[in-house]
Amino acid sequence: MDKDILIKVCTGTGGVASGSKEVLETFKGTISSAGIAASFSERCSAQRVGCRGFCAQDVLVDVIINGEKTTYKHVKPDMVGKIFTEHILNGTPVAEWIVDKDYHTFHQKQTKVVLSHCGEIDPEDIHAYRAVDGYKAAKMALTSMSSQEIVNIVKNSNLRGRGGAGFPTGLKWELGLRIASDIKYVICNGDEGDPGAFMDRSVMEGDPHAVIEGMIICAKATESHHGYIYVRAEYPLAVKRLQMAIEQCYEAGFLGKNTFGSGFDFDLKIFQGAGAFVCGEATALMRSIEGKRGMPTPKLWRSAEKGLWDRPTVLNNVETFANIPRIILRGADWFMRLGTERSGGTKVISLSGKVKNTGLIEVPLGVTLREIVYEIGGGIEGGKSFKALQTGGPSGGCIPEELLDTEVDYESLALAGSIMGSGGMVVLDETSCMVNTAKFFLEFTQSESCGKCTPCRIGTKRMLEILERITTGRGKEGDLELLEELGHYIRATSLCGLGMTAPNPVLSTLRYFRDEYEQHIRNKKCPAAVCRDLITYSILEAVCTGCGACKRVCPADAIRGVRKKPHRINTELCVKCGTCFDACKFKAITKV
Amino acid sequence: MEEILQKILGEYRENEGNIISILQDIEKAFGFIPEETVTWFSKKLDIPASRFFGTATFYSQFHLKPRGKNIITVCRGTACHVKGSEKLLNRLFLELDIPPDEETSTDSKFTIEKVNCIGACGIAPVTILNKEVLGKMTLDNLMKEVKKIKARE
Repeated sequence: MDKDILIKVCTGTGGVASGSKEVLETFKGTISSAGIAASFSERCSAQRVGCRGFCAQDVLVDVIINGEKTTYKHVKPDMVGKIFTEHILNGTPVAEWIVDKDYHTFHQKQTKVVLSHCGEIDPEDIHAYRAVDGYKAAKMALTSMSSQEIVNIVKNSNLRGRGGAGFPTGLKWELGLRIASDIKYVICNGDEGDPGAFMDRSVMEGDPHAVIEGMIICAKATESHHGYIYVRAEYPLAVKRLQMAIEQCYEAGFLGKNTFGSGFDFDLKIFQGAGAFVCGEATALMRSIEGKRGMPTPKLWRSAEKGLWDRPTVLNNVETFANIPRIILRGADWFMRLGTERSGGTKVISLSGKVKNTGLIEVPLGVTLREIVYEIGGGIEGGKSFKALQTGGPSGGCIPEELLDTEVDYESLALAGSIMGSGGMVVLDETSCMVNTAKFFLEFTQSESCGKCTPCRIGTKRMLEILERITTGRGKEGDLELLEELGHYIRATSLCGLGMTAPNPVLSTLRYFRDEYEQHIRNKKCPAAVCRDLITYSILEAVCTGCGACKRVCPADAIRGVRKKPHRINTELCVKCGTCFDACKFKAITKV
Repeated sequence: MEEILQKILGEYRENEGNIISILQDIEKAFGFIPEETVTWFSKKLDIPASRFFGTATFYSQFHLKPRGKNIITVCRGTACHVKGSEKLLNRLFLELDIPPDEETSTDSKFTIEKVNCIGACGIAPVTILNKEVLGKMTLDNLMKEVKKIKARE
């Protein structure tokens, strides 16, 4: 009998953390419980699906009856019973739990290509993927297309590397095809190391077969017979799902010897990273697969000529590979028209920070940043005002309000002093300090620098020291000029992308928020009241009701006071942790 | 111990492994990389121990010292930073009596770790308590969780 009642529960990392496993189990338990007639149970199917993007409203549950979809938000196991009896058994949806306007505006401006299966199909089931035309493109490529034909389609589609640098994928593949060698490799870079980015994780967890299919097509296009997926250690669920998907493919004859009966062999393995940001850099990643320290090597040759174990290697990002099956199926023209003149298609972006609707989104290239923040993102959380949009992670920069009409594209974002990067966007509001933000990123790149080349190893350390001076009230005149000078040298002389882009967060905030730096140096004040050494907490006696909430939570025992009388903070004992500030219900605690 | 190491060696030979995969297996089996395991492999495979240590210290996943019984990981990704993860981290160090420049408490019951980003930015700030990912963490809830673990110990 057909299953005409479908229940889809999000089980991405965000969903799981919000309790989706329990929700799914409760649905399954309810369906098979004694009170439900067996004939009815058979019509129901509760299934896990990948990340559906809107993590802020997790756990999201779709109930689809005869093709009609209702979505519930913030579902907890104890809500399942009511949804089941009222909606599924009696046909009246539970109105108060259905998603509201926000959910619809969140999706309105989006175009889902890479994410079209995420949140719709069961990622652990190859049949679910095949039911939505999965592996059709790979079969076509292997049985009825020549390598050059595939390369041409990818070239014409204007697809550019989604890892951040934006190198045209078709060109890379053509180079890979032209170089003759008995052993060649295809590598998928799933070492998504940028803090604030989770696009690749969601794709690997939500649609692992699309990545594998893209790699199979690439293998054929470049005539390679060996592949690796490099996944970072911090993504255990992605590793598990990819591993399952690979095993299913070997069983189905899509991987291994004589794939799709075409006579073409392709072996694919997962390599788990061990926690190093620099391994996202292509040459470092290859050293890591070889079992060495993940240190970049000078690019005397392109990887397409000498890559892994000095063999020709084509390396692409997760999202790039996931685009490939769609391009083969729907044609280069369709894909090209989705984007801008210079780059085709869409970009998956992880939107987070101080914005109302956080989550994973996919937009056609060419949308403006304003549309992303205010329409899809629903504006700033808690009525605060916008300050900057951080794009491209530690290699990127901060974009101020006046440049929000910039289009999402490799060139226009570079012009604004940032980069497209892998697609992480973090919204900062008035309570974020730009100097602290720049310091945060530099701390990151400084500690992740592999130490091989001097500009990056020593230069970032010196820049960080200057920033530490500024944020602790010891900044002096000339510091900003020194930061700029150092930044330019590091950019120009570092060996790999990590060093070349490390100064970006500092240089871009210096460009747009210089006055904030100056206030730290000249007035020893942090305008956003973030830098610990530059703020003091105190209690407004007129507002304090003497409830004692602050006294109870203070970890340093720095608050004194009698009940129902105004309290006081002993600034010598205060460790400036901010706990009391958050605990006070009367807004009686100030930080300046 | 010998048995476990033999097993790891077998897998290494079977799957054409490398130093990283050996270290990953050791870490999985012991919770850290004991020095004697490295010397054992160094002799068996005729690879200098320095290459093992060089690799182990390069990657953040490997630990040369034993870790605490309970591991609390605080995500230090951008979104978590913006949403106050530094505050959570500072409070944990204060609360659990961890010596400066160390990660593990003197009684070996707790280890606090930072992770660069676990990619759950939509529910920032995120902490992981003994492998359970908890989103939208507040100081209050975190302290409650810590108390629960302390009560169990």
